[in-house]
Amino acid sequence: MKDTRLLAVWCPDWPVVAACTATGTSQHVPVAVLDGNEIVSTSAVARAEGIRRAMRKRLAESMCPELVTFEHDPQRDARFFEPVAAAVEELAPGIEVVQPGLVAVPARGPVGYFSSAEQAAERIVDHIAARTGTEAQVGVADSLFAATKAAHRNVIVPPNRTAEFLRPLGVHELDAPELVDLLRRLGLKTLGAFADVPENAVASRFGGPATRQHRLARGLPERPLDKRRPAPELTVAETFDEPVERIDSAAFAAKILSERLHENLVNRSLACTRLGIHARTEHDEELHRVWRAAEPLTPRGIADRVRWQLDGWLTRERLTAGIRTLTLEPVEVVNGTALQLGLWGHDDERAVRALLHVQGLLGPDGVLMPVLDGGRGPKEQVRLVPWGDERVPVRNPDHPWPGRLTRAPATLADDPAELKDAHGDEVGVTGRLELTARPRSLVVKGKAQEVTAWAGPWPVDERWWAPDPHRAARVQVQTPDQAFLLIRRDQRWFLEGVYD
Amino acid sequence: MSRSATASLAALGVNPASELTSTTTDHTTGRVLPVRGELAGLLPWGGLRRGSTVSVGGSTSLLLALLAGATADGCWAAVVGLPQVGVLAAAELGVSVRRLVLVPRPGADPGPVIAALLDGIDLVAVACPLPPSLARRLTARARQRRAVLIAFGAWPSPDVRLTAESVRWNPLHDGAETLRRQQISVRSGGRGEAGKPKHVVLTFGEEEIELPLVAGDPPASDEPADAGPDRVDELASRRATTRGRPA
Repeated sequence: MKDTRLLAVWCPDWPVVAACTATGTSQHVPVAVLDGNEIVSTSAVARAEGIRRAMRKRLAESMCPELVTFEHDPQRDARFFEPVAAAVEELAPGIEVVQPGLVAVPARGPVGYFSSAEQAAERIVDHIAARTGTEAQVGVADSLFAATKAAHRNVIVPPNRTAEFLRPLGVHELDAPELVDLLRRLGLKTLGAFADVPENAVASRFGGPATRQHRLARGLPERPLDKRRPAPELTVAETFDEPVERIDSAAFAAKILSERLHENLVNRSLACTRLGIHARTEHDEELHRVWRAAEPLTPRGIADRVRWQLDGWLTRERLTAGIRTLTLEPVEVVNGTALQLGLWGHDDERAVRALLHVQGLLGPDGVLMPVLDGGRGPKEQVRLVPWGDERVPVRNPDHPWPGRLTRAPATLADDPAELKDAHGDEVGVTGRLELTARPRSLVVKGKAQEVTAWAGPWPVDERWWAPDPHRAARVQVQTPDQAFLLIRRDQRWFLEGVYD
Repeated sequence: MSRSATASLAALGVNPASELTSTTTDHTTGRVLPVRGELAGLLPWGGLRRGSTVSVGGSTSLLLALLAGATADGCWAAVVGLPQVGVLAAAELGVSVRRLVLVPRPGADPGPVIAALLDGIDLVAVACPLPPSLARRLTARARQRRAVLIAFGAWPSPDVRLTAESVRWNPLHDGAETLRRQQISVRSGGRGEAGKPKHVVLTFGEEEIELPLVAGDPPASDEPADAGPDRVDELASRRATTRGRPA
């Protein structure tokens, strides 16, 4: 049997560390990294103030006024991670970057070399600190998922004890919020409880994607092992007339080569799950890095990783010359039928070509496709993904979503609004989900309109029955000639849509 | 005006005299893209004729409803320059969002973007203001590429012009009802055959209200104005109007 033990090296709060390093901000002040309005990473000091992931910016800033915030930038995360990855590689050859902040390496090498897993972990952590000043933790287990969870806890899981290690962990450790929510409501609170559900029952009860999470919970590798070695002719390489030295030209090279690789894969109905990136400089310096992805990489996913890697090499490594040759090698491939692109048939070829053309003019983010998703509000039920990316719902749209409205507004908005009663006082929402008064007027963008009728309120949060002063709720409001959707968040009204 | 209208209709392959007889063939040969039944009566060809330009004003729901029939039939649609478009509402109006593409921000030079879309996408809805000269070039491009250009807002001499004069919803009963049924009063006009002004009241979302009509007790409302007339009669009369007869 193949030895699947993996050693994972994890840098806590990496987006915060990268942002602080980039801007020279002290990590001893409360720091949060935001994706749009939502917090994705926090510093330990911010957590001590009660700031959590997925919290809204406004709420976080009201709890901690001195909070320093940064916009999330995956490229920045990757750029500052390259020296850390390089430091790990000096002790453990054959590393794979899973994402900025997390690398994995087959445990056999370093454990054999340093005589024990504990020794190897200690040496790697010390070496990263000495080379980059970064704090890291190490975990060892039989699967990538378990090794990552072990690294979060700084634990070495003995061989064949991975399932046992995972059993007591909460189901929220799975990166599948909708499934986690469902499991909790069914009383399956730990990974062990979920693992005990028979596999065929998981597939029929929770749907296909849940079987992958079920494998993870049981401590199995995310995919069954596939011994097939990708054909060497899939590899693409490009030699540049002008050596690549600047990030912008690197991004262009990344895009062109990624498209060629993707075309090679699509022609054989394959998709890449591990991507090898090799570069050779004009002075024959060799650079090599493998990226590992949980899901098959989309053309954009490939281009992102190549761009991040080139950025990391060009800005963080002290190269003596520009990059002359770039090679992309699919180290591991899977059958690509899962990729949406493969589903488009002949009739759609004209449309596909036109959309590629427009993406060429505007960039991948310029052309979006909607995915209908689970949820309650008109915005959360639609996710826009760049055309060509996978279109899979993150929340199951077929589940019951109490508070979902019968009709959605044709025009979306996000403007502060005022809803007032006959006395001109603000209308609120009570703990029992009732309006505090009958609304009589609506003010949006300084324009007041008479409210003739209203409906709701409907709960926005699933736990609307819990005592919570920051109640979120929706109401529909009619004026003499229009209809609006309003939402109340953090005790303020916002216009969410116009039924025009 | 009338001469140029005839000329461009001829370029579309439309012979005004034989138009009524050619419609059936056009439907079966795919030269006319299907629309929701209520809308067929508003359009001179009973659908969206490939190569034509239709302008829509006053209601985003009306714009989205125009995309429903064709996308459900396997055509692709793109919406350009409308970042606030409600995709869920589009789905509710019958648009197959699997074949809906959004280009929310076509950039400072939207001409090449829209032209590229017209090359491969069956229905291209444009919501960004354009200089009239560019708009005319795109009208010509749509005609040449057999695409349907739907302008959301003003557009120089479209083949068909649809204007929503009012958008009304079923009255809400404070806290007890919810928005279900939408009534859009539309006036149509345009060039050639489409030039005959029509006025139609479209109703979207009838199917949802049939349940309370059968099973529910009418709410004992103290607001007779909101409760409306006999709803069954109202529904029946609306069904008649949505078949496309001028109201």
